[in-house]
Amino acid sequence: MLYAILCYANEETVFAWTEEEEAAVMGNLHAVIEPLAAAGKLGPTGRLMPTTAATTVRKGRDEAFVVDGPFAETKEALLGFYTVDFETLDEAIAFSKQLSAVNPGSTSYEIRPFYTFRPGEIAS
Amino acid sequence: MTDIAWIDLALASARPKALGALLRYFRNLDTAEEAFQEACLRAIRTWPEKGPPRDPTAWLIFVGRNSGIDAVRKRAKIQALPDEDQISDREDAESDIADRLDDSHYRDDILRLLFICCHPDLPATQQIALALRIVSGLSVSQIARAFLVSETAMEQRITRAKARVTKAGVPFETPSPQERAERLTIVSTMIYLIFNEGYSQADPKQEAAAFSDEAIRLARLMLHIFPAEPELMGLLSLMLLQISRRQARFSAEGEIVLLEDQDRSLWNQPFINEALALLDKALRHRRPGPYQLQAAIAAVHSRAKRAEDTDWVEIDLLYRALERVQPSPVVTLNRAVVVSKLNGPQEALDLIEQLDEKLDGYFYYHGLRGNLLKQLGRIAPARVAFDRAIALAHSAAEAAHIRRQIDKMQEEAAQPAAKP
Repeated sequence: MLYAILCYANEETVFAWTEEEEAAVMGNLHAVIEPLAAAGKLGPTGRLMPTTAATTVRKGRDEAFVVDGPFAETKEALLGFYTVDFETLDEAIAFSKQLSAVNPGSTSYEIRPFYTFRPGEIAS
Repeated sequence: MTDIAWIDLALASARPKALGALLRYFRNLDTAEEAFQEACLRAIRTWPEKGPPRDPTAWLIFVGRNSGIDAVRKRAKIQALPDEDQISDREDAESDIADRLDDSHYRDDILRLLFICCHPDLPATQQIALALRIVSGLSVSQIARAFLVSETAMEQRITRAKARVTKAGVPFETPSPQERAERLTIVSTMIYLIFNEGYSQADPKQEAAAFSDEAIRLARLMLHIFPAEPELMGLLSLMLLQISRRQARFSAEGEIVLLEDQDRSLWNQPFINEALALLDKALRHRRPGPYQLQAAIAAVHSRAKRAEDTDWVEIDLLYRALERVQPSPVVTLNRAVVVSKLNGPQEALDLIEQLDEKLDGYFYYHGLRGNLLKQLGRIAPARVAFDRAIALAHSAAEAAHIRRQIDKMQEEAAQPAAKP
């Protein structure tokens, strides 16, 4: 079974870490995931930038529209994610609009840049 | 991170929101601060045992509000409210207040808290000290060490500044969109002042260097509550781009390393990436402003893999745009550096000599002027300009940087190529 492990935390606290605290936490996390990676059981991992760096493409009446920030007003759950590599935010918005156009639901797409991204590899 | 370290961090990061809400509630800064303090003490007592609450900020507001009411009532000799330890883990009450205190409330609360520190009667350094004390919760001794004054002197300064602010009256009515925009501009200026107070320090371990991190934290907070403000995105982007060079700006001996000489592998890439993402978002709004333009200029440097790859034409265009939206001799002075790269030192010198009257008391003006004269081989007037710069230097590192340029110039002059 493949699992997606999604991390939710208090942004205000996390982004108030000092460089030392940050390094310590990242080091500890790294120690936990490293054996998994070595065993071929780790897929793509990433660390997201704060939600202030996010943009959301939301379903509109005619065309999808773009708003700053995360999709936070409702209690909708995170149901999946894509990882993409684009040069500009505009490309990411265009891609999200295409997804939005073919998605029948009221899905919003939050575009959030990565700080770090590890493609990883899961042995089949 | 230990539990206590985590709690300290959670309390510090909840402070602006919680204190802002308590100030709105009590309409008195001292009462609000006391109530917050009391809530923090209770948090330190109860969180390690019961675990941290789901929403620390809401918990602190709830507990702080009750203890504040309690204190006010005790003073009024009216019966006190039930003990906080009984109500603090009432989940329903906590989520209720969290729901009512949505971000639109927090928004004006935090803005108000920062805005009252920016009282126009207070000199900039006092505004900074007050904001760091009240909003960020730094200790008086920490602030005093950063400003290199005694703790008693800083205590007095902050007390006087607070009295001034209180006397002026705190604006509690909900601001109009126009007032809100004005407050945002004023508060942004102060956040950038706090940043620069820290950034101008050579040693990143110095007390004041922490101010830069604090300013970034405040800008993140502001952007969180005003997510669609392109100038706030620009401000945060600008500060992240500047701080990304923290490890490269000074040599191990504490000497200034100029941008073009910095080891770019020491630049903090995650900060740069975040800054570029923010700038990208900001530019979509097509409402350029001084912070976005300055961030865009810094970003051109950050994108260049090597100093010689710098796109000076782009930087020149951005500086011209900046001169239009925010005309200032300092901006023109900065553009002169670009002009010297594009068209040589003489044209840059012609540009800055028009600024002589306005910038005569400015370190960078004389430093740049000396440098341009040096490039033109005009040793004697260069020396005069450098000496003037040294006299105006803010720090030992700045003075040492100019002295090295003088030494280099004299070494070169001592070995004239004309003498075979």
